[in-house]
Amino acid sequence: MKARVFVTLKNGVLDPQGKAIHHALEGLGFGGVNDVRAGKMIELDLADGTSDADIDAMCAKLLANTVIENYRIEKLG
Amino acid sequence: MKSAVIVFPGSNCDRDMAVAIEQASGVKPVMLWHRETEIPAGVDLIAVPGGFSYGDYLRSGAMASRSPVMAAVKAAADRGVMVLGVCNGFQVLTESGLLPGALMRNAGIHFVCRDVALTVDNSQSAFTSRYQAGEQISIPVAHHDGNYFADAATLDRLEGEGRVAFRYAESVNGSARNIAGILNEGGNVLGMMPHPERACESAHGNTDGARLFAGLVEGMMASA
Repeated sequence: MKARVFVTLKNGVLDPQGKAIHHALEGLGFGGVNDVRAGKMIELDLADGTSDADIDAMCAKLLANTVIENYRIEKLG
Repeated sequence: MKSAVIVFPGSNCDRDMAVAIEQASGVKPVMLWHRETEIPAGVDLIAVPGGFSYGDYLRSGAMASRSPVMAAVKAAADRGVMVLGVCNGFQVLTESGLLPGALMRNAGIHFVCRDVALTVDNSQSAFTSRYQAGEQISIPVAHHDGNYFADAATLDRLEGEGRVAFRYAESVNGSARNIAGILNEGGNVLGMMPHPERACESAHGNTDGARLFAGLVEGMMASA
């Protein structure tokens, strides 16, 4: 069983990396980009039967820092 | 006075920290590998040094803060043992929940490595007793993730309780309210991004950091 965890900065938290990417896109001539936020995706290969609660605990305890980040879990069958 | 310096894979300021503590106290600290699960008996100061523990994987300090030794450091801090976290050590302390907030990528993206001017905000703490409140000092920084973030309520509480130890007196990394170092509620844990251990000898070009260690040791000796 696989699950993907998407970690993103909370709204209102400054994202310098997103800003730098934004500037680079503009530098390449791409207009019309209003904003860029960078995050990370972590793919977990899990034993069948791993509970949702366990995956959630993995996110809360390590994969995301909930002071500054949100996470979203996507299970892939 | 007995002290310990925690060593993670990727720590690189552990030996400088040990020298600074030995110079101030006259006693060589115990170097404690991150896999240890106990703090040696009688240790009354633990330093969490700078560096790039675990290559800053996931987030700076994230992996190190879940190391076995950090559970022991947390328990020791709860007992009132003094804990000093510098740079990556500060990141480890916020990641482990010993200090509030988080240290994010510098607002200007760049790694900042230079002497910076700091203002001493609280000269009453165990770590800052040799400084004057409002005094400006110079301490080097060397970090990529030093941009202190906490929500407004947490920042208000830190300021209201006198828990901001140092502020940047110039623009450095985008830190909320220019915070460079904070104390925990009990005043026995200090986390700071600047490196006092790199400003301890005339050969360093600056001895402003030595006063942190001297004041800390003096206070601990007096209360022992």
